[in-house]
Amino acid sequence: MEITFKINGKTITQNVKPGLLLIDLIRNKLNLKGTKPGCLEGECGACSVIIDNKAINSCMYLAINAQGKEITTIEGLRNEDNKLDEVQEKMLEHGAVQCGFCTSGMVMTTKAFSDKCKSDGFVPNREQVKKSLEGNLCRCTGYIKIIDAAAAVNNNL
Amino acid sequence: MKKKLKVIGKSARKLDGKQRVSGKAIYGHDIQLSNMLHGSILRTKHPHADIISIDTSKALALDGVECIITAEDVDVNNISYKRDHPILKKKANCERDEIAAVAARTKEIADKAIELIEVKYNVLEGVYDPIEALKENALRINEFGKGDEQFGNKNIADSFHYEHGDIKHQKSISKVIIKKRYELPRVTHACMATSNITAEFNELDGRLTLWSSTQVPFLYQRDIAHALKMEPSNIRVIQPIIGGGFGSKLDMHPFEPICALLAKKSGKPVQILYSREEEFILSPTRQPMIIDLTTGADENGKFTFREVDIIKDNGAYTSWGATTPFVMMQTYSSLYQIPACKFDSLAVYTNNPFAGSFRGYGNPQATFSLENNIDLMAEELGIDKAEIRLLNVNYKGEITGQGLHYKTCGAKAALDTVIDKSKYHKIKNETNKGRYKRGIGLASMLHVGGGAKIYRSDGCGTTLKMDHYGYLTIVTGSNEIGQGSETVLAMIAMEELGVSRNKIKVINTDTDVKPWDVGVHASRTSFVAGNSLLGAIALLKEKLASKASKLLEVDTDNWVYENGMMKVNKSEIKIDKVVREIHFGSPNQLCTVNYFYEPPSKFQNKEFKGDVSGNYAFASQAIEVEVDTVTGKVNVINAHVSQDVGRVLNPIGLQGQMEGGLATGIGYALTEEMIYEKGVLKNPNFHGYKLLTSTDMPPVHFYPIETYDEAGPYGSKGAGEAPLIPTAAAIANAVSNAIGVRIYSLPVSAEKVLRALSKKNKEKETVVN
Repeated sequence: MEITFKINGKTITQNVKPGLLLIDLIRNKLNLKGTKPGCLEGECGACSVIIDNKAINSCMYLAINAQGKEITTIEGLRNEDNKLDEVQEKMLEHGAVQCGFCTSGMVMTTKAFSDKCKSDGFVPNREQVKKSLEGNLCRCTGYIKIIDAAAAVNNNL
Repeated sequence: MKKKLKVIGKSARKLDGKQRVSGKAIYGHDIQLSNMLHGSILRTKHPHADIISIDTSKALALDGVECIITAEDVDVNNISYKRDHPILKKKANCERDEIAAVAARTKEIADKAIELIEVKYNVLEGVYDPIEALKENALRINEFGKGDEQFGNKNIADSFHYEHGDIKHQKSISKVIIKKRYELPRVTHACMATSNITAEFNELDGRLTLWSSTQVPFLYQRDIAHALKMEPSNIRVIQPIIGGGFGSKLDMHPFEPICALLAKKSGKPVQILYSREEEFILSPTRQPMIIDLTTGADENGKFTFREVDIIKDNGAYTSWGATTPFVMMQTYSSLYQIPACKFDSLAVYTNNPFAGSFRGYGNPQATFSLENNIDLMAEELGIDKAEIRLLNVNYKGEITGQGLHYKTCGAKAALDTVIDKSKYHKIKNETNKGRYKRGIGLASMLHVGGGAKIYRSDGCGTTLKMDHYGYLTIVTGSNEIGQGSETVLAMIAMEELGVSRNKIKVINTDTDVKPWDVGVHASRTSFVAGNSLLGAIALLKEKLASKASKLLEVDTDNWVYENGMMKVNKSEIKIDKVVREIHFGSPNQLCTVNYFYEPPSKFQNKEFKGDVSGNYAFASQAIEVEVDTVTGKVNVINAHVSQDVGRVLNPIGLQGQMEGGLATGIGYALTEEMIYEKGVLKNPNFHGYKLLTSTDMPPVHFYPIETYDEAGPYGSKGAGEAPLIPTAAAIANAVSNAIGVRIYSLPVSAEKVLRALSKKNKEKETVVN
């Protein structure tokens, strides 16, 4: 099936099989390897991408559903000067990255959540920030530094 | 002792953090080579079975299948620490056993081909309980085991005995003797990246290249060579970015030589990636153990003796994990002052999956048993639990019964700190009424802090290259597996040479390039690699100073390295200019140096006595919990962690190690357990195997203790494993403090808490009635 969608700012058309998962489209057909395959069963969040402003597990999403959607992967996350996005900067500043395999997913989840909060004019408290990251597993950091980074993004610290 | 420093001691961002945070870091899963095939492995249907026949004809006929291998097709040696593990099996001994492997054009075709392989089994009864396996009439589990001749029982894979002091006398002066059995479960590393390997064999020159996430590349190179009957130096091991190690990548596992064999047979590169389910079923686990511990104390609370018997479920084959008693016996013999100790452990073959090494290396299990027993002795003696620990605490200058020499020791400072900061004395006495009951528990730990001499060398090599633009390349034998050692090395170079961070490159991923190092284990990397780098920097400075002295016509040893300049008195010169003069001036030379650092530690003797590490790390934790007496759920609400780290090198990196270790420790204490039925894992996914999530983590209050141990770089000690070692013990002690009953096994699950509470209530009723 032919689908047309926007990914990282570019509109593209792809021929995909109906059963193709979005993560496989992203990693194997588009060669965007920054989206990580952690479990392929929707439990770990490492493959999170942003689809129409929401963080989604790309391993639980059929590629055909991307028709007409706007997708951002970790590779598409840059500020206006083509430097690291604020979320990425905060992750580094707060020491939120160890092995880094969960990081893409953590960054995309944080980005979607903070953009949503900002557009709603809502400043989440620490518990709400924690809750927003509940679907993303990490084995290295114990989450605290990731939460610190996400809280800093949300509070413009 | 404390030298004033500019870079060391101040938080530094991860050296390659920008790659990792932007999706640009290349992990094993991201490698694509031209013509690359995908491998898949057929595993036994039954944990214990004779394999009657394997028919691969249908699979081979499938379009896209390039080759299939079984045990019959390959000329290989057994692998593993005891060489008791065939790479491809002729008989199935556990759920993991590899029977055949396929290489095909796509992963889907490879998986399909696996389904088409027909295997006839003769299913056998298995032995899944190590105590059963020890019985005389038990089946022989591993045909390569040497238990008969070495240990007097066919199913014993390995055995350790240690003792010091006069146990009999110490027993006679004991006022209290506590004997308890502790049971520890299998848990898994759950690295976020699943296991992976890519192999390419060049038949023209006979060389094999492996992109592998091993954490011990040089031992791995030797192990692969032995397995495949190759020369080690014909094997090049390249480590892509590693998505979590934690000990799981200390052993070489069968899928790795299997991938090499597929590459050899097909003549094309082959990649094997585990699914998450495979990762749960196949990667090695922490050792499950049954620990019978007897400990004593005299009427004043001074510890008298410890006697411990351990049965470890080895599983079907023997990994490095069987050597965890090296670490465990240190805890029993030397954590707190102890006049007499006797330690015996058996690793027993079963038809369960084999256990491997895991951050802490036996120490979480040992510490769990010991710190519970200490609480019980204090209760029986009527002595405060903090007091009894302080009374027996280790001290600077102590040489323990096992011969560990504590040249520095922050044990008391760490214990005092967590007792004070956690308000231990206030919280432990708070009365608990209502549904939610709070409690607090203490536990301490001892671990090697300066490597561990278990291999012929515990050293690390460094090559430095300063180029004529003033950039420094550090080629180190050590490995980065996410823990942050690369960043520490860059910090050391910045500190010593005044080179800015953007001019430093760390090369550490290629055995064809880098010098020898044992690998990432025993919390040793920053210690050995840091010392090695400091040695290399001293040589580099000699080279630079000699040339600079000539150029500036000065005679001095007092060079200051700052902002890319070398300065002396009022003269200064750019480092890159000095290097250009070394390269291009007469006599033309390279600005490179090599240094090898070997720690001052010693081999232990046959009785396991000796000063095995360059220094020792001490830590204490005070953990506060809240127990829901209706659901049985235990919440950790505060964790106070104090650790003797010698000196803090990178505060933010160190804190990350503490928090991450603690998270794994809390999971071990409360939620994680691999559930097996007759050798088959029942919860091979994140849904059934509960890792902590962001909402489960308590606030972590960390108080580093700096003891400036002269063996370590700038006085530092290894730190990475310690934070998870005492955690389960402290939590179990806290639960006991909260609800008045003690759980002697892990995890301290809601079910166990409820069962213990209901038993306690029934006993109360009986008394009342």
